[in-house]
Amino acid sequence: MAGFRLPVVSHCLQAMVSEPIRPVLGHTVLSPATGVYINQTQKGELVMGSVLDLYGSYGQRGTFCTIEKTITSVVEMFPAFAQTRLMRHWAGIVDVVPDSSPILGSTPIDNLYINCGWGTGGFKAIPAGGTVLAHSLATGHPHPLAQKFGLDRFRTNRLVDEGAASGIAH
Amino acid sequence: MIVLRCPYCQEERAEEELTCGGEWGVERPPPDKASDMQWTEYLYMRTNRKGLQHELWCCSAGCGQWFKVARHTVTHEVTEVLRL
Repeated sequence: MAGFRLPVVSHCLQAMVSEPIRPVLGHTVLSPATGVYINQTQKGELVMGSVLDLYGSYGQRGTFCTIEKTITSVVEMFPAFAQTRLMRHWAGIVDVVPDSSPILGSTPIDNLYINCGWGTGGFKAIPAGGTVLAHSLATGHPHPLAQKFGLDRFRTNRLVDEGAASGIAH
Repeated sequence: MIVLRCPYCQEERAEEELTCGGEWGVERPPPDKASDMQWTEYLYMRTNRKGLQHELWCCSAGCGQWFKVARHTVTHEVTEVLRL
């Protein structure tokens, strides 16, 4: 719309929740081999998720093959959960960048700034994202923390490999 | 779930048996003449269309051939599957 393209592809990410059970799991478990994670909420529900659907998508709904893949891996790690019933399942769209790092700051259009590409990890990081974007808007210069996260890093080939650094599953 | 019939081996395959190779029409620039901007466009920049999109898919669990697909990125409706 603004006349320039971004290194972003939208993908569908699915998650699911079981019925509540007594506390059995006190921490989050992630299996790098299968990309599946699981944790138990304070209400007792098991929250599970796994890899992205590996094609561009804006369809905010799940697929049975991903549910099956996720549940199979969870049950392999925790056979005792096999009898638990699934209560909810949903899908959201995440904006994925080749180096799994956000894009912050100026664009080829004057006075148009972006804050995107958080992929699957923006929820916890976005307060800092907002602060550094506000700094760009107010001063016209990137915040020191955001300097390496500019759109220009794809032209200069200085990618920030957050995926490798944090061991995310995708 | 996306189900496609491979135009080469004519087998029907679910998305688990296929690989999406991304947007159709991403062309490699001539290596000796390309500018930084052309390389950046080729390597990273995508249209990421919401709607009908032409893509490359591979019959990866089957005959291994790449083919062209026209798919709607919201409804996943497939309107065209063609040999390259």
